[in-house]
Amino acid sequence: MSNFLSASIGRKVFMSLTGLFLISFLTLHLTLNLLLIFDDSGILFNQAANFMATNPMIKIMEPILALGFIIHIIWAGWITLDNMRARPQGYASGDQLLKWWAPSKNMFILGGMILVFLILHIFNFWVKLKITGDPLLANPTGTATQMHNTYALVSNLFINFPLYDALYVLGGILVGLHISHGFWSAFQTIGLSNINWMKRLKCLANLIGIIFAIGFSAIPIYFLLKF
Amino acid sequence: MADKILNKIYVKVWRQNNPTAKGRFETYTVENISQGNSFLEMIDILNDQLIQEGKDPIAFDHDCREGICGMCSLYINGHAHGPDTMVTTCQLHMRKFNEGQTITVEPWRVGAFPVIKDVMVDRTAFEKIQQAGGFVSVNTGGVPDGNTIPISQDDAEEAMDAAACIGCGACAATCKNSSAMLFLAAKVSQFAKLPQGQVEAKRRAKAMYAKMDELGFGGCTNTGACELACPKSISIAHIARLNREYLKAKIAD
Repeated sequence: MSNFLSASIGRKVFMSLTGLFLISFLTLHLTLNLLLIFDDSGILFNQAANFMATNPMIKIMEPILALGFIIHIIWAGWITLDNMRARPQGYASGDQLLKWWAPSKNMFILGGMILVFLILHIFNFWVKLKITGDPLLANPTGTATQMHNTYALVSNLFINFPLYDALYVLGGILVGLHISHGFWSAFQTIGLSNINWMKRLKCLANLIGIIFAIGFSAIPIYFLLKF
Repeated sequence: MADKILNKIYVKVWRQNNPTAKGRFETYTVENISQGNSFLEMIDILNDQLIQEGKDPIAFDHDCREGICGMCSLYINGHAHGPDTMVTTCQLHMRKFNEGQTITVEPWRVGAFPVIKDVMVDRTAFEKIQQAGGFVSVNTGGVPDGNTIPISQDDAEEAMDAAACIGCGACAATCKNSSAMLFLAAKVSQFAKLPQGQVEAKRRAKAMYAKMDELGFGGCTNTGACELACPKSISIAHIARLNREYLKAKIAD
């Protein structure tokens, strides 16, 4: 087992499985976030946020999710460094085969940019919700149970700070690009692909990438345009 | 129709006296090259010119010159085997280049393929991977009669597609991670699809994978560059099979 964990394939299996796990998390995250758009009163979103904050299953999943992120990030660095070592001297004429912007060539850079975005994102919301608190989070009117007004926190950021809107749109696009390669690539690494399925998975990966990019970007754009 | 003549081209080529020497690029002017010439014939003409000038000719690998031996290499203008698809350097023609163009010629840049001299590299690493598990120990005898081996036409074709690998190293040379995965996948796939290959199936992928890691090749990140550079167009779908074979064997352990 120990040589599996250190072998190049073993490390990539970790990347694939954590990557697929993070995609499943992002699917849930996007679905709930879209409530921001579909209910301007904010009640639905606040109820969803409250459910996520109080449900015991979600509480168990929270540290597992953090672990998934940490493994995915650390392993990415480990694999990338090793891969760079495999070519001590580069080509003077560069690589003319794949386009410079191809997500497959830039997964580490895209991932790094997403990490910067993630830290910003955590400071914007998670830190305020869980640690420091914020006056905007005061109990919303019209709800029977005690809960945070998460909708107020989110809408305030997106309505009043256009720079953040731009950053969140960029974040959505980066995640979409990352997943457009990561999704099918994960199946390839764990061996669940073949000549036919590779085409289908690539198509699905592009579709998921586009849905994530548009879905996540739509939220700040909606608040900026509507309010 | 007569081929056009390139009156003047510039060949910027990597020169390195021995494996430990510091290399450098030298640019040579080559005149009157027919576009019907192969790229290696152009290098032959350049080498004649260098010999006549009393200079050391460029050392480069070549053998059959018909695209099946896997000896020729060369990274030309940012492409393994030059700017043409599904060909080896020996099948590359000068019609792919223009008058007055500077052509950059580099050796495969893979840590596991050290430069021997100039643009010639040592690809023994591929032999070592092959020796680690790319064989069958059963006696396959002579050419069998048709339909005597229980295998479908589709499987036979897929094994044959993988067996088209000539081990030239373009996959590792092109891969941004210098990964030998397409080579490895082809060598594992050609046996995985055949009944004769089942005897060692459990240890083959594991042994070859371990050898690839040991030799210092990088890991695969599924960019697909190898498939595009491969002169035999071997599909990266074989890499999925290699991973499947490996994980199947590993889980069974």
